Amino acid sequence: MWRTLTTRLGPGLLRDIVLVCAADGLVGASFGAITVGSGLPLWLPMLLSLVVFAGAAQFMFVGLIASGGNPIAAVLAGLLVNARHVPFGFAVGDVFGRGLVRRAVGAHLMIDETVAFALAQQDAERRRAAFWTCGVGLFVCWNVGVVAGAFGGTVISDTDAFGLDAAFPAVLLALVLPSLKDRSTRLAAAVGVVIALATSPLLPAGVPVLLALAGVLVALGGTPDGPRDPASAPQSRSEDAT
Amino acid sequence: MISPLVLVIATVVLGAGTFAFRFAGPALRSRVTLSDRVEHLMATAAVVLLAALVATSALLADGEFAGVARPAGVAVGGVLAWRKAPFVLVVVAAAATAAGLRLLGVP
Repeated sequence: MWRTLTTRLGPGLLRDIVLVCAADGLVGASFGAITVGSGLPLWLPMLLSLVVFAGAAQFMFVGLIASGGNPIAAVLAGLLVNARHVPFGFAVGDVFGRGLVRRAVGAHLMIDETVAFALAQQDAERRRAAFWTCGVGLFVCWNVGVVAGAFGGTVISDTDAFGLDAAFPAVLLALVLPSLKDRSTRLAAAVGVVIALATSPLLPAGVPVLLALAGVLVALGGTPDGPRDPASAPQSRSEDAT
Repeated sequence: MISPLVLVIATVVLGAGTFAFRFAGPALRSRVTLSDRVEHLMATAAVVLLAALVATSALLADGEFAGVARPAGVAVGGVLAWRKAPFVLVVVAAAATAAGLRLLGVP
């Protein structure tokens, strides 16, 4: 199977996906350990990881429940964080293939990393292979990690000590960077980043990222020479490259 | 303490809602053929979302500034990625920078 994947993806891409899966497994272990460590039942992190399979929403949900929050509020907060999957689905919905089962399974495997890996591929065949490999790999690693963490306790509860909190934004940044060569995409992203950062202190998690979509209107409006905010780093750095 | 039944229901509702979000795009896309322009716009939207996720998760934690170590790590990764360094190096350097700074006592 490994050889088949290597031919379809190339050794480089497969190695990249394996790295992200391994890092995701570590975060999963910390999720399991933190959840059980905060006094919640052993099965909760495992059930969440199987049926929700979205790290940020799971951490949000468990954090609210563990601190005595209302379960309805925790569900709503988790849903807000996950609402970005609607536009993601429109963007990469064509890679799942035909048939209800493939579409349903593909939809469940759609998270930030799989979307980013798929978008970073040029041709349709590679895009599909990258999505499915990354999706299945992440699902397995995440859930295995959660089980290990839930049983193993607080051995890896602090992934910040390993810098994993910096690794994941870097993963997405590296995958998104090639798309930013396109001038209108870059402008849209810059506007979106400014909106998200400016509204983050005021709004519940998940909403600022959705508001960033307003940046797409800039690309739509077709004002290629419009004003640009130089403070919209880190994406603006790529402007020097072109 | 919340009863296990409530926790199961809450988890299943969150899972079902998340799945509905994820399935909306693929389900609707299978019914309509999209023009190249709309296709491009939706790819742009995904890139904008990912860029916003990068910025907020790199700079902020719970709506406040995340400290120095994490943004510094992401910035090192970003420069390496822009310089076309291998993906593995980008990710490991980002993590190592953040972890190293924390080891030195930088928040």
